[in-house]
Amino acid sequence: MVVLEARGLKKSFGVLEVLKGVDLTLARGECLVLVGPSGSGKSTLLRCLNLLEAVDSGRILFAGEEITNAGRRAPEIRRRIGMVFQNFELFSHLSALDNIALAPRRVKKEPPARARARAQALLEKVHLPDKADAFPDELSGGQQQRVAIARALAMEPALMLFDEPTSALDPETVGEVLQVMQELSEEGMTSIVVTHEMGFARRAAHRVMFMEAGEAIHEACSADFFGPGVPERVARFLGRIAA
Amino acid sequence: MGFVSPGLVLHYALSRPFLDGALMTLLISIAALALGMLVGLAVALAQKLRFLRLAAIFYLWLFRGTPVMFQLIFVFSVLPAFGIVLSGFTCAVLALGLNEGAYMAEIMRSGLEAVGRGPVLAARALGMRENQVMRHVVLPQALRIVVPPIGNQFIGMLKLSALVSVIAVPELLLIAERTASATFRYLEALAAAGIYYLVLTTFFMLVQAVIEWRLSRRRRRIAFPALTQLLLRATADTGRTR
Ligand SMILES: Nc1ncnc2c1ncn2[C@@H]1O[C@H](COP(=O)(O)OP(=O)(O)OP(=O)(O)O)[C@@H](O)[C@H]1O
Ligand SMILES: [Mg+2]
Repeated sequence: MVVLEARGLKKSFGVLEVLKGVDLTLARGECLVLVGPSGSGKSTLLRCLNLLEAVDSGRILFAGEEITNAGRRAPEIRRRIGMVFQNFELFSHLSALDNIALAPRRVKKEPPARARARAQALLEKVHLPDKADAFPDELSGGQQQRVAIARALAMEPALMLFDEPTSALDPETVGEVLQVMQELSEEGMTSIVVTHEMGFARRAAHRVMFMEAGEAIHEACSADFFGPGVPERVARFLGRIAA
Repeated sequence: MGFVSPGLVLHYALSRPFLDGALMTLLISIAALALGMLVGLAVALAQKLRFLRLAAIFYLWLFRGTPVMFQLIFVFSVLPAFGIVLSGFTCAVLALGLNEGAYMAEIMRSGLEAVGRGPVLAARALGMRENQVMRHVVLPQALRIVVPPIGNQFIGMLKLSALVSVIAVPELLLIAERTASATFRYLEALAAAGIYYLVLTTFFMLVQAVIEWRLSRRRRRIAFPALTQLLLRATADTGRTR
């Protein structure tokens, strides 16, 4: 079953064409890793997919439904698409538990007790069972990012988007975040991950897509992507980030 | 004046007119601050909207560019010529509140801006509507930023309200002046008023400290500030000239 399909997405900021007709298909349970040089449009693509940014042309289908111009229904669709940001973007005035429980309570109108119980369970899932009362500025980067993942999962999304989730982290804490992401993928979560962590792509991704200057110039299953015979341009990029 | 009579100071301080005067000072300050906060928030939000920005800037220019005393007298003596007759109290609150709004706008604006784009995007990505983002994410975070400066503004307002004695509103200073000129006991009458001002400002400094402490996210781990620290901060209050 196809969870997400994008056809010919185009997006410009003024005269700068950031997406030049991107196609994408994501089956249920699939993990797609998106790589490419800085400025190639990866973040913009993710933001377009969950309607934080409007595309200029092209179509987006989510769970069989056209969502391209959802307009006032956009918030309802975003509820089912989780997003994790490079800089975590936790709500600084709320504890870890309340960060996770906020959207279920306010958006899904879950009873507080239930929202809190689920939030606690999610903290356990991201291996932070005893951080419920900690505030964001009392957590390490890796811990904050895991809370942010739990916060997104609390809305029970059908799709997760990760935008360089480990780029702002100290090397020691990168592993714990990737670990959680890999577990999610193994449980069958459908996800798109923008990352430079090629180890993660090898282990957890089903497919890898390479973007450059607003175009998806190469896409392959992860075994092939890291195998011989990839396009020259991709091989050079991989060589550079491995260095 | 031959001698100072502490008994008379106490007598004045506990007399009905002084109590009423202190209450009037308090009421004017609270009402003017509330009006100032509403106006300030509205002006801060208006500055973000293209078609209202010019109006907001005009407002700031007008109310920051003229003395508050001028605004007070203007409201009190010019508006009646246009058929708008307001009580002294209403004039006082209106003038002080509108003036306060021009300064509060800056506080509100920096509070809203300090929240930043990141948490807003995160809240939207969770499926919140714009009003929910505002209510559950932006305003609570901005509140923590604006509480300390708003507390300072209120302390300032308690003192600023003395100006309204010029439009014959019977607040603390006017009561003291009237009492003094009737009895020639200037020192005692003014001392009684001074005591009220100090009691009010000190009390609200404490209230402010409690609110800040409760809003500080890690209240279990932050000790309540020492009294000397509070008093120092109060005397460091900007004392902006208006
Ligand atoms: N809101 C915006 N307004 C104007 N230009 C933008 C905006 N967002 C992105 N851009 C531009 O679009 C281009 C693509 O940006 P994007 O953030 O999507 O790239 P990226 O592939 O995620 O890069 P990075 O690896 O550095 O995160 C960049 O040139 C960027 O400057
Ligand atoms: Mg990016």
